[in-house]
Amino acid sequence: MVLNKFKKVPGGLKFLAVVLSIYVLTGIVDFDFAKIAFSRFFETFTGIFKILLIVFIVMFFVNIFVKPETIRRHLGKDSGAKGWFYAIIGSILISGPPYILFPFLGELRKHGVKDSLLIVFLNNRNIQPVFLPVMIFYFGTPFTVIISIYIILFSFVNGLIVGKILESKID
Amino acid sequence: MENRELKKALKETFKTIKISFPIIIGVLLLISLANSLFAGQYAKIFTGNYFLDPFVGAILGSVSFGIPITSYVAGGELLKEGVSLLAVTAFILSWTTVGVAMLPIEIRAFGKKFALLRNSLNFISSIVIAVLTIVTLKILS
Repeated sequence: MVLNKFKKVPGGLKFLAVVLSIYVLTGIVDFDFAKIAFSRFFETFTGIFKILLIVFIVMFFVNIFVKPETIRRHLGKDSGAKGWFYAIIGSILISGPPYILFPFLGELRKHGVKDSLLIVFLNNRNIQPVFLPVMIFYFGTPFTVIISIYIILFSFVNGLIVGKILESKID
Repeated sequence: MENRELKKALKETFKTIKISFPIIIGVLLLISLANSLFAGQYAKIFTGNYFLDPFVGAILGSVSFGIPITSYVAGGELLKEGVSLLAVTAFILSWTTVGVAMLPIEIRAFGKKFALLRNSLNFISSIVIAVLTIVTLKILS
């Protein structure tokens, strides 16, 4: 009964419950150590809370103006250079965990979206403007700019490699 | 703008918060525990080696998953504790682009060949991008 109820709990909450149990166990073994670890957590969390708040506000506005349907329209078989552009823009603007994105992109693939464009779409998820304030907060602006450029470049390279290997076999 | 669109956007945002918030808190709690346990030890493991550091970082990122923001928080905290930027960079890159745990879902959506090829390429890329990023930063500074 309890196990069945636990199965229905979302994965993130299950993960948090497991971590909290680890803390309780640690507290039983060494209370002072668990207390130090928890105060470290609290310090970090209060430090990043404001940035997380900004992130979620920006996310709300992105959700208003960017629709997956718009991206879907521009990634077809004959999309050409524009397709690459829309794949980058789409991946940067559409946020979501992989278990939501994979089925969505899988559907696009069935409707003729090229493998190379899917690779570009999946690989640029690290540079979503929504999350960039957090990256800048921890690693600085130069790091964020440089890594973003390399991510886009390598998404092209990987897209071309995968396209060459998989799409040529289909042809 | 329609009221319905605003409601939909708000609903989607709350859905993301609901999914990501417990994970962010959980990861932060875990990292705080690990950092207390390994205080001062990271610098001995991550020496700044241009192959080993990003390799270990990429492996750790590959077996973890979640939205990118969680990896930035985790990576940033590890960096503060002495883990090299090389390792952290590979970690945050592979966190999003390589997904060992998500492989079954990816295979179901795109097929085995696509999923394995994409993940292998991204694992290598995360190491190469990490090295290139750090080298570029060093040159520019």
